[in-house]
Amino acid sequence: MATDAERAAGEGAAQKRRLDEDFSKLYKAHLRDVYSYSYYRVGNHHDAEDLTEQTFLQAYRHFERAQRESQGRPLRPWLIRIAHNLAANYYRDRSRRPQTAIDDAGPLAATHTTESLVQDRDDLKRILECVQQLPDDRREALIMRFALGMDNREIARALGRTDGATKVLLHRAIRQLEELVKKAEAGGA
Amino acid sequence: MEREAGVSQPFDIEARLRAALAPIEPPEELALRMESRLGTLVELAADEFEAWELSAMRDPRNWPRADPDDDRRGGPDGGAGAGLVVLRTRRRRHKRRAQSHNALDLAERTLRDVAREALRVFEDAAPKR
Repeated sequence: MATDAERAAGEGAAQKRRLDEDFSKLYKAHLRDVYSYSYYRVGNHHDAEDLTEQTFLQAYRHFERAQRESQGRPLRPWLIRIAHNLAANYYRDRSRRPQTAIDDAGPLAATHTTESLVQDRDDLKRILECVQQLPDDRREALIMRFALGMDNREIARALGRTDGATKVLLHRAIRQLEELVKKAEAGGA
Repeated sequence: MEREAGVSQPFDIEARLRAALAPIEPPEELALRMESRLGTLVELAADEFEAWELSAMRDPRNWPRADPDDDRRGGPDGGAGAGLVVLRTRRRRHKRRAQSHNALDLAERTLRDVAREALRVFEDAAPKR
């Protein structure tokens, strides 16, 4: 018959295995989210890879507590918050923001003619440049909404704000971006 | 929507944002590297603690304070006693790892085992009254 110590050891090992499996699922489900967020924050693939790695390593260290405290809520906002904090350190350490908006414009979803492809690329580039001109919190909210498809509640949790404040933040970010894009198009036309 | 050159396009900023901020697929080598790193993380932590366990167990400051009368009563010799504590504590290292939830928990369990084994060594070696 198993002793209390052996039973405790067995339960501990099973709990640890479950935790590792859960983390593996979290990682597989959100690698693209964390990478996309990192890429749009830092503006190049090299640093985005670095930031993604650091985010998951830090998440792994605190996963047990996060899982316990999440009470079944999705952990994506928590992951993005880690990436957000690490990205802030990245800028602080380097004392700079990205020199260029982005390495190259992101992948185009639909098929295009050569002419429209060039126009679309210019358009995407202009939009991304305008996104980079936004204040940090507005830019991050837009990345979370449009690159990651997060809803208001998730963004609020990731940014540590209320749902209402997040709704206002997104609204203002879109309005400001609209103005910036209009100005850029008027200037470039 | 097809756009004509020189004609102003409809200003749907949200659709344009969605296109500009398309999700980015991580490079395949990043996924492989991450999986490998995460897979070995537990082992690395365990190895670090194994090295730490050995040095911690040999340090008499981590032992429970012995009765000063032990020397007079013929208590265990320092070197042999330390060796015995190390040996007995190391025997339980796999069980400790299995039971531990994280590195801190593993450290605490190791210290508790060192203390318990050191006490046992002193009790076993002390002459029966």
